[in-house]
Amino acid sequence: MTSLPAKTDRKLGLVIDLDTCVGCHACVISCKGWNTQNYGAPLSDLEAYGESPEGTFLNRVHSFEVTRDQAPPMVVHFPKSCLHCDNAPCVTVCPTGASYKRTEDGIVLVNESACIGCGLCAWACPYGAREMDGAEKVMKKCTLCVDRIYNENLPEEDREPACVRTCPAGARHFGDLSDPGSDVSKLVAAREGFDLMPEQGTAPVNKYLPPRARDTLDIPDLASLCEPAPEANGFLGWLDRALEKL
Amino acid sequence: MPRQPAPDLSPQVSDEVRKTTCYMCACRCGINVHMKGGKVAYIEGNRDHPVNKGVLCAKGSAGIMQHNSPARLRAPLKRVGPRGSGKFREITWEEALQTAVDWLKPLRDTAPEKLAFFTGRDQSQSFTGWWAQAFGTPNWAAHGGFCSVNMAAAGIYTMGGAFWEFGQPDWDRTKLFILFGVAEDHDSNPIKMGLGKLKARGARVIGVNPIRSGYNAIADDWVSITPGTDGLFILSLVHELLRAGKIDLGYLIRYTNAPYLVNAADGPEKGLFLRDAHGKPLVRDRATGQAMAWDTPGIAPDLGAGVEIGGVTHLPVFRHLADRYLAPDYAPDAVAERCGIPAARIRAIAAEIARVAFDEEITIDQPWTDFRGVKHDKMTGRPVAMHAMRGISAHSNGFQTARALHMLQILIGSVETPGGFRFKPPYPKPPEAHPRPHAGHAPGQPLDGPHLGYPLGPEHLLLDDQGQPKRIDKAFSWDAPLSAHGLMHMVISNAHAGDPYPVDTLFLYMANMAWNSSMNTSAVMDMLTDQNADGSYKIPRIIYSDAYSSEMVAFADLVLPDTTYLERHDCISLLDRPICEADALADSIRWPVVAPDRDVRPFQTTLLDLGARLGLPGMVREDGTAKFKDYADYITHHERRPGVGPLAGFRGNGDGKGRGAPNPDQIARYIENGGFWIDHIPAEARFFKPWNAAYQDWAVERGIYDSPQPYVFNLYSEPLRKFQLAAEGHGHRQPPDHLRARLRETMDPLPIWYPTFTDAATDPDEFPLHALTQRPMAHYHSWGSQNAWLRQIHGHTPLYVSGEIWAQHGFQQGDWAILTSPHGRITLPVMRMDALNGRTVWTWNAIAKRRGAWALDDHAPEATKSQLLNHLIHELLPPKGDGLRWANSDPVTGQAAWYDLRVRIEKAPAGQTFAYPDTGRQDSPVPPAPRNLAHQVKG
Repeated sequence: MTSLPAKTDRKLGLVIDLDTCVGCHACVISCKGWNTQNYGAPLSDLEAYGESPEGTFLNRVHSFEVTRDQAPPMVVHFPKSCLHCDNAPCVTVCPTGASYKRTEDGIVLVNESACIGCGLCAWACPYGAREMDGAEKVMKKCTLCVDRIYNENLPEEDREPACVRTCPAGARHFGDLSDPGSDVSKLVAAREGFDLMPEQGTAPVNKYLPPRARDTLDIPDLASLCEPAPEANGFLGWLDRALEKL
Repeated sequence: MPRQPAPDLSPQVSDEVRKTTCYMCACRCGINVHMKGGKVAYIEGNRDHPVNKGVLCAKGSAGIMQHNSPARLRAPLKRVGPRGSGKFREITWEEALQTAVDWLKPLRDTAPEKLAFFTGRDQSQSFTGWWAQAFGTPNWAAHGGFCSVNMAAAGIYTMGGAFWEFGQPDWDRTKLFILFGVAEDHDSNPIKMGLGKLKARGARVIGVNPIRSGYNAIADDWVSITPGTDGLFILSLVHELLRAGKIDLGYLIRYTNAPYLVNAADGPEKGLFLRDAHGKPLVRDRATGQAMAWDTPGIAPDLGAGVEIGGVTHLPVFRHLADRYLAPDYAPDAVAERCGIPAARIRAIAAEIARVAFDEEITIDQPWTDFRGVKHDKMTGRPVAMHAMRGISAHSNGFQTARALHMLQILIGSVETPGGFRFKPPYPKPPEAHPRPHAGHAPGQPLDGPHLGYPLGPEHLLLDDQGQPKRIDKAFSWDAPLSAHGLMHMVISNAHAGDPYPVDTLFLYMANMAWNSSMNTSAVMDMLTDQNADGSYKIPRIIYSDAYSSEMVAFADLVLPDTTYLERHDCISLLDRPICEADALADSIRWPVVAPDRDVRPFQTTLLDLGARLGLPGMVREDGTAKFKDYADYITHHERRPGVGPLAGFRGNGDGKGRGAPNPDQIARYIENGGFWIDHIPAEARFFKPWNAAYQDWAVERGIYDSPQPYVFNLYSEPLRKFQLAAEGHGHRQPPDHLRARLRETMDPLPIWYPTFTDAATDPDEFPLHALTQRPMAHYHSWGSQNAWLRQIHGHTPLYVSGEIWAQHGFQQGDWAILTSPHGRITLPVMRMDALNGRTVWTWNAIAKRRGAWALDDHAPEATKSQLLNHLIHELLPPKGDGLRWANSDPVTGQAAWYDLRVRIEKAPAGQTFAYPDTGRQDSPVPPAPRNLAHQVKG
């Protein structure tokens, strides 16, 4: 059993906008690229060109369809990675202390040299956000690019998670969710950001912004917008008067 | 609690960053390639780059896996087994090039047209076209004919530009964006970035697409249109806007041919514009009632009334337009069922377009002067933007549908105005400013001009004295008069049939024509391997260049292996398909950030070498030695016109913009600048470009034009009418009788809608469904499957069917379906998806692979659980009893009508595990791929 810090100085995390995510997987692959080169063991791909390729990914996009009674079905793209929970069950279940939550920023990490690959943390995580690397047999998870966000070898503007930097639609935001004045906190407040599966009691730091209402276009008939309605006096009469006014 | 570990928070990311241009799709984003120990370690977007501004898609970030792909060819190959078997022997470059010269030299000396040279998704078409012109063959084109020539040609003929490389929505200002039928890989990062901006501003996005995936998933409103009916829907919107008078009359008078008088007198001029003695089109002046030259200062052109001459009343274009689209045939109630869209919804969309265009007009406080010399104190725009791609254009009514869409944009005054659709230099450029097509060939001589262009009438068709097509693909013939991009998809079948004449050598580059880039794939494979009685191949020789072990490689006699995109020079040129923005001129390069570790060469350099060995003009010096060392040398020193070359930036002494002498340091300057060059358009020249004097002057300065080219938009297309007149029996050059009726109907000078040829000829009971393919955002045509990361996102092709079809056929998870078209049959796994037009099924495009190709395992799901819809699509329509076979393509441009496909579906018998048809296996010319990867590059 491993303890969680009673409190963290900051709560760094992601805000993911489900209204804007087009499901392009840019975040998935930029994460794969960065984390294959950095933090711990590379993310492997077993049977990379074979029948059932099985790679390690720290971030995946799932797509869901929502059917509705009175409106067309919706498709929601749902990127998912570790939510860096305040009450992270993956940490408390860890028998070796390899899984831990950082006191300074709340990031949940795996110390790979202490990980015995038992997989208990993956069982404990209700989000399925951890993956055992098939080659290295250590547990891999989102590091929130801890080796980017403080990296003095990177230009200041690049000190953000790879997935946020690359997202073409701007659907991913990074910041301190413990600070109500941060851009991410304001975004969560403005857009009614929500916790994923709050009933699990994990108190996730990452937030999701819900899709805005869809298929609401409801405009009165065009003719009612027009003064005078041209059809009433014939198109040519209207045209003549309109040209006269030009 | 144990002490918290202290991971390294500041690892060294790389030794060096090299900035070049991505080529994981055709988007051409700027990338930072991080190098470690001389190897590519990590790729991210370049924040300074005009296309992607730092972001990068999945494909771009996975470039490292493409660069290291096990499918990379290693050396030139000579075929040693039968075609299609994949049996090759690796040969030296000297042997490869000498073989090619031995084949090509006699052709050039005796019959250059017997070389058919076609290229695919390469971005060097101005170069390959120049090479083919020097060789002297009329038979060259790239892949536009099976991609989006309908969109390009309709845009050029209507308004001097189209979507994507020609123009873009005004993402920063538009308030209503309507997206029609967009393949999700097209212009992918700019569209995603643009959608993100709209979402952040709360602008409304309407998606018109039979499938609600990708961009349509985030559309505020989704219009689940039935495939092939977009034109009818658009014309219904036009009907509603006209009925309500929600059109921009001032814009139409100033910037379009809406006031031009159309000759109504019977005879050879009927339907052409009335013109004065100087050839200027006439309009009716409202003040005097007289017909006057359209540009007479101070006149008030009429749009409604005509002039009577000799007892005949000649009406203005706008009157014809209004009469046509106000007809009840276009009322929402009349089109709703056909389009699959409730009439109320069509009315609501029309009302929303009208509301935003006219009630939310925006202005920019920027004075400008138009080409008439009239000064305007501000720029006023209608913030409704539209964008479309292959979904509306890959139909047999696609050209006229794209015309209809542009007409809609123009009627509300939203083209080249703030908030609307904006051209990107070198566009706008009207058809008159483009070249005409050329096919004049003679032994040992270069072609008499550029291959492709925009015909303005039947006199520009490429026909011989007997009226037969001069090109192997029959482009610019009566079959496809305005085939501005050529018809690559017809080359193999025509060459196989020797119609209109046999060719000797088929030379292809980066085009998987034996597989996903051909309609009727199984038959194309047969054509490529078909033999004469003496055992020789019907298509005698095939040379192919590709970087990877694609399906097409197996069908070549000689393979010239290309490098990956990180190993070669390229230029994304203003002469070609540039990366300009609406506010800026821009071009870019690729450069070898690493040297190849195999015996491969950049294709363009190989082509220059071949050109020099063949002694082609422009490629050799007077003493017969090669003029260019390699492609980089060509990029730097070639001049298309004096002072205008492949790259516009850093010319002359380094300060030249657009024009200037060749600069030996040019490529070094591009590399220093991050791989690109950008030159912003002055503020007063940024909108109203076709009519803006400041833009026109700036464009001349930059070498885009040699003189100002202002013009008005062609709501009514006179060139189209000229083809119609020919079909009606007027003029010297006459179409064959069997094409007259079709030309009369489809070359209409005002946009029309007609059912796709397949729909018109299909029994809806026999083939009730439409079948579509989409490219996923994470793949680009056939390339993605060799990529270990991307194939884990999309590794097979389920057929997506609606809940209704699912229930009707009793499908269960794990079932397979048999999909039957009038032409063929395939099987593939089914999956349920409800966010679909009820009459449509679909799957992913180009994921399916032939066994043995792309260095994939024989049991890879791409080969076993995937299928191409291509097998169901014939390049010809089924016989209809008139003794003729009609092309399955747009009758105006010849664009392949991929999306016209009709099918029926059945549940496959239990026990399916393998997709039908089985196209066999090809031997792999590359070693087996590694089993597992853990690709960490150490410094």
